[in-house]
Amino acid sequence: MNNLEKPSSTNHNNRYIIIGVSLLILTILTVWTSYFTATVGVSIAIALAIATLKGSLVASFFMHLITEKKLILVILFFTVIFFFALIFLPFSDTMNNVGIPNDY
Amino acid sequence: MEIPFTVSERPDTGLTNPKFGIWLFLASEVMLFGSLFSSYIILRTGSLDWPVQSDELNITIGAINTAILIASSLTMVLSWTALKEKQFKRFKLFIGLTILFAVLFLVLKIWLEYIPKIHHGHILSTNTFFAMYYLMTGLHALHILGGVVVMIFFWGPGSKMWQTNPDQFVNRIEVVGLYWHFVDLVWIFLFPTLYLL
Repeated sequence: MNNLEKPSSTNHNNRYIIIGVSLLILTILTVWTSYFTATVGVSIAIALAIATLKGSLVASFFMHLITEKKLILVILFFTVIFFFALIFLPFSDTMNNVGIPNDY
Repeated sequence: MEIPFTVSERPDTGLTNPKFGIWLFLASEVMLFGSLFSSYIILRTGSLDWPVQSDELNITIGAINTAILIASSLTMVLSWTALKEKQFKRFKLFIGLTILFAVLFLVLKIWLEYIPKIHHGHILSTNTFFAMYYLMTGLHALHILGGVVVMIFFWGPGSKMWQTNPDQFVNRIEVVGLYWHFVDLVWIFLFPTLYLL
């Protein structure tokens, strides 16, 4: 495929600008909600939900994952599985020891 | 020796080699930063006196830096579309802006965060929180620095390839862009984790 094929560039650029502005608005929302949420648990849930939404926008549109080849999606699928294993397997063990002093 | 499939797609993967390579690299980067996030969770849940992070760090500077990185991601993708439209001057403008945003991020990080904290005696050995803060943001800052070096090359001497092999140059900018968006994506998660929670 020729890389210099002319895309419908104005539409693409407008879409990128809309995504960029959305990300900025979500950043303001993240900071704002951190001041006004009642409990730590709710704060963590909201902050991570907004961060996940922002990350999805970056990956889908700026990194073009929504139109990417299947092989890359397969690689990322396994990456996500291993990522969550890395996060939650140690976390599940740590939750059994919350409040118990450790030697860190 | 010429590296094969830098412009055309490999028949077996359906991808150019650089694009396949950068995605494999980014997958490994996910695991690198994932291991740090995992360590952070273990250390924080195991600690009895974790400081209130929002009291220790400057949320305003963190939020401004987030906005700067988002803006840099936008200018990066606009530099790529400029090349696809064969608008080389616009490409130079947008990748130049991306470099400026990246340098601004580092300047704010070092001058308004690291240096004042070090002056106040908040260093790596102060407590576990600051150890993780400097480790995670420091590794991220090194990724920013690496991106800046590569972008300066493609803004300057590396841009000569546009005259000799424009297709390959567009591919190179796309690969740099993927790396840069990943660096932005990592910060999107680092900011709430370290500054707000």
